[in-house]
Amino acid sequence: MSITRDYIKEKLNAQFGDGIISWNDASDILTIEVKPELNLKVLTFLHDEPTLGFQFLTDLTGIHFPDKTGAEIGVIYHVHNLKENVRLRVKIFVPIQKPDVYTATGLYSGANWMERETFDFYGINFIGHPNLKRVLNVDEMDYHPLRKEFPLEDQTRIDKDDEMFGR
Amino acid sequence: MPEQANIVLPEGSLEKQTTRLNLGPTHPATHGVFQNILEMDGERIIKAESTVGYIHRAFEKLAERRPLYQITTLTDRLNYCSAPLNNMGWHMTCEKLLGVKTPKRVDYLRVIIMELSRISDHLICNSIVGVDTGAYTGFLYVMQYRELIYEIYEEVCGSRLTTNMGRIGGFERNFSNTAFQKIEQFLEEFPKVWKEFENLFMRNRIFIERTKGTGAISAERALNYSFTGPNLRAAGIDYDVRVHAPYSSYEDFDFIIPIGTTGDNYDRFMVRGEEVWQSLSIIRQAYEKVQSFKGVDADVYHADAPEYYLPAKADVYTKMEALIYHFKIVMGETEIPVGEVYHSIEGANGELGFYLVSDGGRTPYRLHFRRPCFIYYQAYEEIVSNTMLSDAIITLSSLNLIAGEMDA
Repeated sequence: MSITRDYIKEKLNAQFGDGIISWNDASDILTIEVKPELNLKVLTFLHDEPTLGFQFLTDLTGIHFPDKTGAEIGVIYHVHNLKENVRLRVKIFVPIQKPDVYTATGLYSGANWMERETFDFYGINFIGHPNLKRVLNVDEMDYHPLRKEFPLEDQTRIDKDDEMFGR
Repeated sequence: MPEQANIVLPEGSLEKQTTRLNLGPTHPATHGVFQNILEMDGERIIKAESTVGYIHRAFEKLAERRPLYQITTLTDRLNYCSAPLNNMGWHMTCEKLLGVKTPKRVDYLRVIIMELSRISDHLICNSIVGVDTGAYTGFLYVMQYRELIYEIYEEVCGSRLTTNMGRIGGFERNFSNTAFQKIEQFLEEFPKVWKEFENLFMRNRIFIERTKGTGAISAERALNYSFTGPNLRAAGIDYDVRVHAPYSSYEDFDFIIPIGTTGDNYDRFMVRGEEVWQSLSIIRQAYEKVQSFKGVDADVYHADAPEYYLPAKADVYTKMEALIYHFKIVMGETEIPVGEVYHSIEGANGELGFYLVSDGGRTPYRLHFRRPCFIYYQAYEEIVSNTMLSDAIITLSSLNLIAGEMDA
């Protein structure tokens, strides 16, 4: 038998109640947004609760929404229950001034480099990470390049008009 | 008097003093640009520290300024040993976001190409394991069949290594007769060669002694490290995206997932070897299915999705709609739905995932590649600790690390 979306919702709602900000059922993968300080608790619960068993961390990445004041930086986890073949996406958002998130390395060894990569590109401070330093960029870099304020192209160029040919 | 008499070594230095050894970033045995700082006690590795990022090219940032169809060229350069797999995975991600449904014939043609690239990837990996254990012959011998696979790519899309193959919704043109002939030739000739290649290694005592029990990782650790693909299956877990979340009509094919038991170098070699046989069987089935299309169905090579699929050039000159669509697609004026999708395919190295967030703009708002190499390479430090240096070299190649995929 396969665990249904309703069952996952029911379980998490019962456990965390107010800690859950929203559910997105319309997406390809059931998506839950929780309060940032709860990320590790939610992941641990998903991992350890026998009927849920999301023990496989597929992916961990960051995102930046400059317009969402107070919740600019996001961390997105994709977890997978391999036995039942169910995926779940967990999102948290933190303010850009204080991008502190608890690390998931204690739960998943694989989160180590994924978090380092996310730190590298978004400057998210994973509290408790054993070796939080840049992984793909050079150590001397003093900015986090995937944040939206860092333009890809040289901004002194005037031959390209974003009004017409922007993103 | 021996020459080294003037060098003062501490007493019993082999046990008491460790040596720091740089393996890489440019070392022939690493087969790619990455560094390992090894703490050595004699020939035994005490501790390893990996450094990657030497060929980081900021694909995720670049993708934020490119329309969807221009990102295909970036995916080529991830795992360049099996570029068409990445291309197809990317097209399928776009199709998932855009809601494009591909016809069966396109799915089967894609399956042929994807399995050919899987074979070419495994072929490189397994023969390189051979090279690193001291057997160069097998490597050179199977290269001519990688060449044949590349000729098939060339016939289908015009290029060989970084293929940029296909379009959103299908292929840029139908497969030519030559392409089908070459596929037939491959199906006919390659099995004998692969059998011979396996005979060189599978029961070879030197090879077995070099690979059995070395570089092992348990199933629990592999899962905890988010291993996927042949490396996870060698540890005994039958997770294969083609079966767990079938894409491109993989549910129509009959194949098995080979698994190992110990997760060591020998099991990884055997799992990849068996996967090549399974891929051959899939290609054969797909080829038959493709040949069974008759009449107009036999010429279908793309989905009916004019908003996203470039019209034929002749139509652009003569038909108004085609001209409009051509302009809109090239200028990036097509409507892209708002949403987020995660699509994954069974890459040659493991689960290759694309996490695409669209805000309705012409380019992705965020695109993240789940690169299996990057994720499982972090386990290398743990795997090689307390092993011999010569085993670490084989482990490196049997994990099938591709620097392009690691660094994105």
